[in-house]
Amino acid sequence: MTDAVTVSAVGKTFAVANRGTVVALEDINLVVAPGEFVSLIGPSGCGKSTLLRLIADLDQPSTGTLSVFGKTARQARTDQDYGIAFQQAGLLAWRTVAENVELPLQLHRVAKPTRRARVAELLELVGLTDFADRYPDQLSGGMQQRVAIARSLAESPGLLLMDEPFGALDEMTRERMQNELVRIRHETGAAVVFVTHSIPEAVFLSDRVVVMSPRPGRIVDVVSVELGGERGDEVREASAFFARVSAVREALHGAPAKGVRGVENR
Amino acid sequence: MTRARPIILGAVGVLLIGALWELYKAIAPATGVVIGGVTVLPRSSDLAMPHIATMFLRLGQPVLGDPGSPPLWLAVLQAAGFTLGIAAVSWVIGVVVGMLLAILMQRFRTAESALAPWVILSQTVPIIALAPLVSGFGSQIPGWQDWMSVAVIASYLAFFPVSIGALRGLSSPEVAHVELLHSYAVGWWKTLVRLRLPASVPYLVPALRLAAASAVIGTVVAEVSIGLEGGVGRMMIEFASASSGDPAKPFGPIFGAIAIGLVSAGIVALLGLFLRRYRRSEATS
Repeated sequence: MTDAVTVSAVGKTFAVANRGTVVALEDINLVVAPGEFVSLIGPSGCGKSTLLRLIADLDQPSTGTLSVFGKTARQARTDQDYGIAFQQAGLLAWRTVAENVELPLQLHRVAKPTRRARVAELLELVGLTDFADRYPDQLSGGMQQRVAIARSLAESPGLLLMDEPFGALDEMTRERMQNELVRIRHETGAAVVFVTHSIPEAVFLSDRVVVMSPRPGRIVDVVSVELGGERGDEVREASAFFARVSAVREALHGAPAKGVRGVENR
Repeated sequence: MTRARPIILGAVGVLLIGALWELYKAIAPATGVVIGGVTVLPRSSDLAMPHIATMFLRLGQPVLGDPGSPPLWLAVLQAAGFTLGIAAVSWVIGVVVGMLLAILMQRFRTAESALAPWVILSQTVPIIALAPLVSGFGSQIPGWQDWMSVAVIASYLAFFPVSIGALRGLSSPEVAHVELLHSYAVGWWKTLVRLRLPASVPYLVPALRLAAASAVIGTVVAEVSIGLEGGVGRMMIEFASASSGDPAKPFGPIFGAIAIGLVSAGIVALLGLFLRRYRRSEATS
């Protein structure tokens, strides 16, 4: 099976007005297997969101190559191989919950009965069946984010791209959303690339945590989590969990590095 | 009670204006206040400022002295209906042109740079200067009628707020929304229909209201400049010349113009009600 995402020797430089160029990413190598959950973590400016945007074809790399399910990022976007969710839920205020989830299906001319059925299924999945006819402004932040996740899953993508989707939520809602994401991910079997700056969040959700450092944005370490498949709240208390959190923290703070920097050593 | 409040306040406002009129008439000298040969305050004689009651009584009397002449209110009503019809046509033209300009300017940056100054500059040309041009061009088109000239001239005022408001509205979606649609690999047209147009409604509704007011004023003024008979514009001029003997008469078409303004504002408000699902951000913010 082809890998969900293959990033090889990718670099990205941005032109900044009056200040020349800024190197956002340098020599990034990363492979995400089908169904794998990979988190990108690092301080602000480490290029984790930029990397996600490159995979989503919202930006193009300056150097190197990038493929999604063996295709170019552009082709993968055209083929709708991924679903995407941002930090802001980004719901359309004039559409009900159901209509927001329906949006990608409607844009891609999916037949109405199929659409209805799929929306009902997705709302069931994120537990918002009773809120189908509400408008976004009538929902809490956590509920809005769940709508956004349902929307990103609408076309059953093999890859989910998430840019700090829980970043604006309070800690309790956040943990509940994480539990739900673990469940949803196992029900859908999608690969996930998840950008976050929370270490426990990255460890709890991921199969692997990619640790990045800024100026220029590079991968400094990749921590394998190996806490098993379907995780529940009990994992948050497990010593193995804490060990992984420490490992990621050390990698982030530049503790003794293992292996070659900037290269993924899986 | 909260719904009745604006209606009550509006009625109080109208009554207050009437009361001020009568108050001034009662206390100011009939010849007005003249200081050093300059009239500082207007005359308050019955000729210059008829009583409000006189104005309304006059509406019930025939337009002319001869038998068979219709009552003034009926004549005004017919003229107002005529003017309202032309204003509606000019509003539609203005909205269509304004929307198309806004969409063009949103789509092409260069179009915005090229058009925006002209759009603004266009409003500095008085429509009285424009009127002969339009009717001149129009007369060369077979089947062209004078009322069409009036509609075109008035639409020249009406398009302006629409193009400005719609451009702001079409540009209002957040980057995240535009990128979301981009991630769905949909083109410009679907982005326009599904995102930009719905998002523009909160900016568009006030613009439509301004356009309606402009359309009414433009129609009345253009009727006068073109000399089109049948509307309140021409009627105001005709009756004003008769005002020395019948001072309350010119107020008939003025009331007619006010009625047109109210009706058109009401129609736009109704339109806004139909679009209320797109105006949730207004209600909550």
